[in-house]
Parts: sequence; structure tokens; C-alpha cells
Amino acid sequence: MKTLQGIPLDYYLWLSAALFTIGVLGVLFRRNAIVIFMCIELMLNAVNLLLVAFSNYYSDASGQVFVFFIMAVAAAEVAVGLAILMLMYRNTKTTDINILNRLKW
Amino acid sequence: MVSTSTLISLVPLFPLLGFLLIALNANRLSKGVTAVVASGSVLISFVISMILFFNLLSLAPEQRSLQVELFNWIATGKFSASISFLIDPLSSLMLLIITGVGFLIHVYSIGYMHDDEGHNRFFSYLNLFVFFMLLLVMGSNYLLMFVGWEGVGLCSYLLIGFWFKNNDYTAAANKAFIMNRIGDLGLIVAVILIFVQFGSIEYSNVLSAAAAGGGSEILTLITILLFVGAMGKSAQIPLYTWLPDAMAGPTPVSALIHAATMVTAGIYMVVRNNILYTLSPTSMGLILLVGIITALFAASIALAQTDIKKVLAYSTVSQLGLMFVALGLGAYTTGIFHMATHASFKALLFLAAGSVIHGLQGEQDIRQMGGLRKYLPITFAVFVIGVLAISGIPPFAGFFSKDEILAKAYEHGMVIWAFALLTSLLTVFYMFRLLFLTFFGQPRAKADVLSHAHESPPSMTIPLMALALLSIIGGFMGFPEVFGGTNPLAGFLEPLVATSNTHLAEHSLSHNTELTLMAVVVALTIVVIIAAYIRYVSRKHVPAANERNVSALQRTILHKYYIDELYEAIIAKPLFAMGEFLQQFMERLGIDGLVNASGNGVVGASRYARLLQSGNIGVYIFIMVIGIVLILSANLFL
Repeated sequence: MKTLQGIPLDYYLWLSAALFTIGVLGVLFRRNAIVIFMCIELMLNAVNLLLVAFSNYYSDASGQVFVFFIMAVAAAEVAVGLAILMLMYRNTKTTDINILNRLKW
Repeated sequence: MVSTSTLISLVPLFPLLGFLLIALNANRLSKGVTAVVASGSVLISFVISMILFFNLLSLAPEQRSLQVELFNWIATGKFSASISFLIDPLSSLMLLIITGVGFLIHVYSIGYMHDDEGHNRFFSYLNLFVFFMLLLVMGSNYLLMFVGWEGVGLCSYLLIGFWFKNNDYTAAANKAFIMNRIGDLGLIVAVILIFVQFGSIEYSNVLSAAAAGGGSEILTLITILLFVGAMGKSAQIPLYTWLPDAMAGPTPVSALIHAATMVTAGIYMVVRNNILYTLSPTSMGLILLVGIITALFAASIALAQTDIKKVLAYSTVSQLGLMFVALGLGAYTTGIFHMATHASFKALLFLAAGSVIHGLQGEQDIRQMGGLRKYLPITFAVFVIGVLAISGIPPFAGFFSKDEILAKAYEHGMVIWAFALLTSLLTVFYMFRLLFLTFFGQPRAKADVLSHAHESPPSMTIPLMALALLSIIGGFMGFPEVFGGTNPLAGFLEPLVATSNTHLAEHSLSHNTELTLMAVVVALTIVVIIAAYIRYVSRKHVPAANERNVSALQRTILHKYYIDELYEAIIAKPLFAMGEFLQQFMERLGIDGLVNASGNGVVGASRYARLLQSGNIGVYIFIMVIGIVLILSANLFL
């Protein structure tokens, strides 16, 4: 079995799945908006890891190109997201996500 | 000099233009301009009709059929219909009657409708009516005739309900329209059958094909259905009850539409298709039967009516019945002859009645009249002429035409003759009853009405005198051969019925018999007049205002044999009951239930579904993740 720098592909897949699951569970069960935000980053990076691993595995550079795109978009998203969080904190003095249910119609 | 074909297309154009001009400017035009435009357009049509008539006379008899096609109207598949006009002796004669009598009635209306707020509306309807009537008689195919047929029905409806603020009048208009719809259904089915059977709807193709093909069951069906249309339009049993109610319209309308022109459309249509009828003896028998029953029945109702216009209305129904008797006997030209004379004297009678009503401030009850000959001398004179004409006193118009019908009836058997004779004697009686009760004896009108009683203005009396003249001399166009010479009208119409005549058994009465019949009829007529004179003048009999004093028979007749009530009970009531049932059960429970149930279902379901939308983002994301996991695992396992 082909290995990536001495480590089998399976390990990457399991790590990626574990990171993604942690991210999902964090989003689901944490109420702190900043933590949720970080968990989303975790999911994105789990996917990045998967893409890089497969890119290397198949010796195809397009997977790595995807990763760059994702990182660029994630950076932009972080900028917007943190701005929203700032405003949210200024208005509510808390980062608890459930406060936002008042936004509903 | 314009060509004949241009002239033909100009005839219906002018009333149409008149209608458009008046209808689009009804609020702007003054009454005077409207009256001139409306009457003038019909007058121009009349002049053109005269020119066409003489053009036609100058041709050889077998060439007297001019057709002009304006444009192709409908062309789809095998079916094609064109807007094209046919001028032959029949339509030419109809044109003269429609535009001639129509013009006189327009002039009369100027006086009669002068103070009516709907003056301009009235004249626009009248012009529209003339246009459609011309279309009806000039159209060279069944579809165009049908268009005219429906159009005159519409105008009839509009004019009966002219004073639409009165609910009774509106109801009468609805009744006329609905009754006519029943007949029109027969007509349109007949036209469809004609197309299916002959592959064309042009008269020329259909009639020649039918003449070549001979009789058949489908032909009988077609002719009966056509006659159903005629029953509606020409007010024959069982569809006659709308005509007496149609008297709700202004009197000139009663004269023009419900006496002289529209109601004779049925006669025109049967004569136009005479070859079809000649080939279907069953239909002929039906026409004869319906005609004779209607004639007698309506004449008996007229005996007891007390409304001056109602008497004339039933008289019209009865006379139309007589015309159908002539048609049913195969005497097509006789039917047309009586139609022509009837148009003049019945229009005269209606207009004279209108003059009486006008002079008495709207009074129509003959029990409130009497002794009017001093107050309305001109109206009295022309009314007498009209009564003499309809009674068949020689040499007035009605004598010749009615005598011709009686002679034809005699040829076919004593029974029909006896019925026709009885009808005409009843006619004499109720007409003289009307005359005596209205104009003779002591005035019974209220004093204030009587003090204002006045002769009508010249715009009304001049048309009356013109029609009176026509009623005197009109009969000579069908001068019987028995007095020497030839019958001009029969000769004129001969090409039209020539094919039919070859199929019909030749009858002819000896001159002696015919003269004897005439003498008998005239003698009986005079006896009846004397009887009416004794009853209504010498004994001063006036119909009782109170119903209790009359016999059961009289009361039955007064209530028109309860036919309206009968129709109400056997047709209208069940229909309303069915409507009620459908509304209560089909509509309320069925349709409403279904619609409301689906609406309530959605509302009910959403009451629970909306609980999912709590606003808690965690729940949303959780559901989303569960969903993604489910979809992915489904991918995995399936």
C-alpha cells in the first residue's frame, strides 16, 4: 500500500473524519458563538486535509488548488464572521448563540 | 352609376353606420340630429331597395337572383362561410317591407319617443335591429341568416326591456330572450345537420342538392329543427308566450319587431327552404297542425283581453299561425303575401294603438277608453282602415291575402278550411270589439285624462296615413286570378318555389267555387261585425272589471288558458327546484366541502408543522446534520 511520507492513507482519512466529526458535534452542542466558529474552521480544515491527502495519493495537483481556494474563502468568511460576532457582542453583551433566536420573525 | 353589387352591399351598411354613429355619440347628439340620422339611414336603404327591386324586375324571371360576395369569413377544413348577400324576389320583397315599414316606424318614433330620456338609445337600437334584420334576409347562407336571427333577438330583448327600471318589463325581456333561445337551439342544430348532410351552408348548393336528392329522414329532421327555430321567433305553440309579454316595449317596437318584421323571420326561413319542406311531408303536416292550432288558440285568447296592445299581440300570433297554415299547405307565395299585407295593417294597428296610448297619457286598458273618435279623429280613421283590412273586407289588403289562404285551405279539405274560417271570424270579432270599445260609446276615461286627450303630432299621423294607404291598396299586389288577370306577387315569387311546385300535387278550384267561398266568407264576416256592433255598441257591453262576474270559460280565456301558469309549474318550478337541490347538495356539500377541506387540511397540518420552526438554531443544524447523515448513509447502503 502506498504511503504518504511513511504514513498510510487510512490514517489521514480517519484523522480527517475525526476532525470533521468533532467540528460537527461542536457546532451542534456548543452555544458559544466563537467556539462554533472555530468548529466550522475545524470542519473546513478536515476537508482540506482530505483533499491534500488524496491529491498526493493520486499525484494530481488539482486537489491542492481546491485547498487554496478553500483557505482563501475561509479567510474571507472569518473576516465577515468575526465582524458579525463583534456586533453581536456589542449588542447583547454575550456570545451565546441562543440569544439570536430573537431574530426570528 | 354604381354597380348593382355595390348597391346590394350598401343596403345593410347604412343602418349599421347609423347605429354606430348614434350609439357612440348618444350623449352628445341632440334628439333632432339622432332622429334624422336614424330615419335617414333607413330611408336610404329603402331607396336602394327600391332600385334593386326594379333592377330585379328588369331581368328575365329565371335570372332574378343576384349574389355578391364581400369576403370569405370562415375557412377551416371543409367548412367555409362567406359574407355574401343574395337578392332574389323573396329577399327583395322582404327588403322593401323591412326598410319601408321600418322607415315609417322610425318617423313615427320621432313623435312617440320625443319626451323619453332614452330617445337616442332607442334609435340606436332600432337602427341596429334594421341592420340585423337585413342581414337575416339578405344572407346567402345559413350561418349569416343565423347571425341576423340572433341579432334581431338581441335587439328585441333590448327594446322589450327598454324601460328597464320596471322589473316586469325586464322580466318580459328575459322571457322573450329565453323562449327564443329554445327555438334558436333547434335552428343551430339544423344548420349543423345541413352542413353534415350537404357539405355546404350556401342556400344555392344546399337547395339544389336537396332537390336532386329527394326526401329522406335526415331531411325531415332538419326541417323539423328549422321549424323549431321558427316556432320561437314567430311565436307559435308552444313557444308563443313571449310575444304578448313583449308588449312591454315601446309601441313602435311592438309594431316594427313584434308585428311586421322580426316575427315573420320564421315565415321567411320556411319559404327560403321551401324545397326542403316540400320533400318532407311530415314536417309540412307539423307546420300545418301547429299553425292551425296556434291561429285558433291565440284568436280565442284575444277575445277576452282588455289591454289594447295585448289584443293586437294575440292577433299577431294568430295571424302568424294562419301564415304557417299556408306554408304547411305548400302555398308558400300565399304565406308571403299574407305576411306582406299583415306587415302593413298590423303595423298600422299597433301604431294607431300607440297613438291612442300617447293621447291618453299611457292608458292601455280598453275599459278606460271609449268614445275616442271625437278626440282622435285621424287615429280613429286609420284604425278603422286597419280593422277593415285585418277583417278581410274587400278591397282592403287583408281580404285578398286571407281569402287566398282560405281558398288554399279549401283545396286541401273542409276541416282545415273550417278551422281557418273560424279563426278569421274570431279575428273579425275581437278586432271590432277592440274598435268599438276604444272609439265608440261614452268616454270612460278619467276626466283629467280626457281633458288632455289630444291627437298625435304630424310625425306620428303621417306614417299612420301612409300605412293606411298601404293597407288599402296592398292587397292588389296579390290580385287573385279569379277576377281576371294574373297574380303579380305569385308570378314574381314563382322562380323561388318552382321546384317545389313540381313536387306538389296540382290543385285548383273552379272560379265558381272560389267566388262562392269569397261570398260566404264576406257574408259571415258582416254577420260577425253586426253581432259585435250589437254587443258592444247597442248594448254598451263593457268587460267587467271584476272577475267574479264572469263565467268560468271567460275567466279561463282571460287568464290565457293558464298556459303561463302551466309552464311555470311544469318547466320553471322543476328547474328552480333542481337548481335549489344542486345548490344545497352539490354546491354546498360537494364542491364547497371539497375546497374547504383541502384548505382546512393545509391549515391544520401547518399548525403542527410550524412547531418545528422554533427559532433555535441548534435544532435547525441538528436536523440538517441528521438529514445529511441519512442521505449519505442511504448512498452508502443503496
